[in-house]
Amino acid sequence: MNWDWTVIGQNLPKLMDGALLTLELVFFSGLIGVLLALPLALLRVSQTPWVRVFPYAYIFFFRGTPLLIQIFLVYYGASQFEWIKESALWPILREPYWCAVITFGLHTAAYIAELLRGAIQSIPRGEIEAAKVVGMNYPLMLRRIILPRAFGIMMPSYGNEVILMLKGSALASTITLLDLTGMARTIIARTYTPMEIFLSAGVIYLIISALIIGLFRLLERYFNRHQHWPSEKPKNLDPQLIDKS
Amino acid sequence: MSDAPIALEIRDLHKSYGSLEVLKGISLQARDGDVISILGSSGSGKSTFLRCINLLESPSAGTITVAGESLDLKANKYGELEASNQKQLERMRSEIGFVFQNFNLWPHRTILENIIEAPIHVLKRSKDEAIARAEELLRKVGLFDKRHNYPSQLSGGQQQRIAIARTLAMDPQVLLFDEPTSALDPELVNEVLAVMRDLASEGRTMLIVTHEMRFARDVSTKVVFLHKGQVEEIGPPDKVFGNPDSDRCREFLSSHL
Repeated sequence: MNWDWTVIGQNLPKLMDGALLTLELVFFSGLIGVLLALPLALLRVSQTPWVRVFPYAYIFFFRGTPLLIQIFLVYYGASQFEWIKESALWPILREPYWCAVITFGLHTAAYIAELLRGAIQSIPRGEIEAAKVVGMNYPLMLRRIILPRAFGIMMPSYGNEVILMLKGSALASTITLLDLTGMARTIIARTYTPMEIFLSAGVIYLIISALIIGLFRLLERYFNRHQHWPSEKPKNLDPQLIDKS
Repeated sequence: MSDAPIALEIRDLHKSYGSLEVLKGISLQARDGDVISILGSSGSGKSTFLRCINLLESPSAGTITVAGESLDLKANKYGELEASNQKQLERMRSEIGFVFQNFNLWPHRTILENIIEAPIHVLKRSKDEAIARAEELLRKVGLFDKRHNYPSQLSGGQQQRIAIARTLAMDPQVLLFDEPTSALDPELVNEVLAVMRDLASEGRTMLIVTHEMRFARDVSTKVVFLHKGQVEEIGPPDKVFGNPDSDRCREFLSSHL
């Protein structure tokens, strides 16, 4: 084959537009995901059995069905209901952009909720008892002890989930959106240079992944700063303790 | 000491796990300034007893009174007692200090943050006031220069001294110690016991579950020996250690001294 550098150069601005849309989709769905995951996870760890039913069913559905089906259900399904078309939500639900953001958000929320649940449940019992015995109420315990600890514990796997969502966001192209994948396909339909354009898109995905990995490394350092002390050389440290670590 | 006000009174405390009854009606009274050591072999229920006092474990029956105030309890559907007034429970817990066997410092917070956390957020003290008090306590337990370190940077004995300082920062009416030296290497035990000796000599009211017999004999005003969920022997340390009425208590002590 003849490798065509010029087609890459000519279409790079368009690919960048697509990448921007991809980033937007990942960012907003991630935001919705975290906001939804928080209550879902808290209900999921409730002591009361019936309270756990809803988050369980929600997580079961969104983790158990393909993202493609979910996005089709929202994009094509919503218009099947007259009452949705007449509701105030219709201006949002008829936009493919919002359909993608909402679906991705709902989808990733299920995964994040499970990560958060696991993290909450892996906090040593004693640390929570220590919060109880000083008279903390549950909201205070959540805010000061449980959630900061849980975020630290889940951060590495949460970064992983965002990377998965980045790649999953390629499905936005199936509902007419010109994200990075959608844009690549549109360009290829016109130029018929699939190798050049798909490879370029792949490289851009790689770069975005690398940025996300870097970002999460920083976040992890922040949330788990208490675990990184040997490299940070705190003052007044016992020499014996350094040997043990 | 016998006419000092009553700091803590437990009456007829029962606790069952299913059909296994681990506490079979324990009553205990601590007056202000009392240091009560609770001894017993493993499985005698001594830790469970201590944990029932601030409802870390739910008792099946009994009453708990701190400085004249009774904890309101109601039975749940499993037959366990729980607080009928969560606010009251939280307030009373803040008045009862509890020191754990495994220290249970919050690893994501520095030493200073561990100590000021509850005074600021539970007692609503100002940050400056909480820090001033924390620094005073850190000097008292000899760890002032560790205040900006994280718990994992400290030895077990240091962590336990910090845990004690964290408890003292709440100005509790009563201090409960659940085997505070059992998780420590032998050479670290004494630094923790020294801090506890100081507290005892200050006249603080303390309940101590411990295996440190010498310490118990030296600092206690009263010693309780638990056996199979019941008070088998109770009295002043000289009596319990020197001339116990119960044969089981005698056996236990002879194997631990």
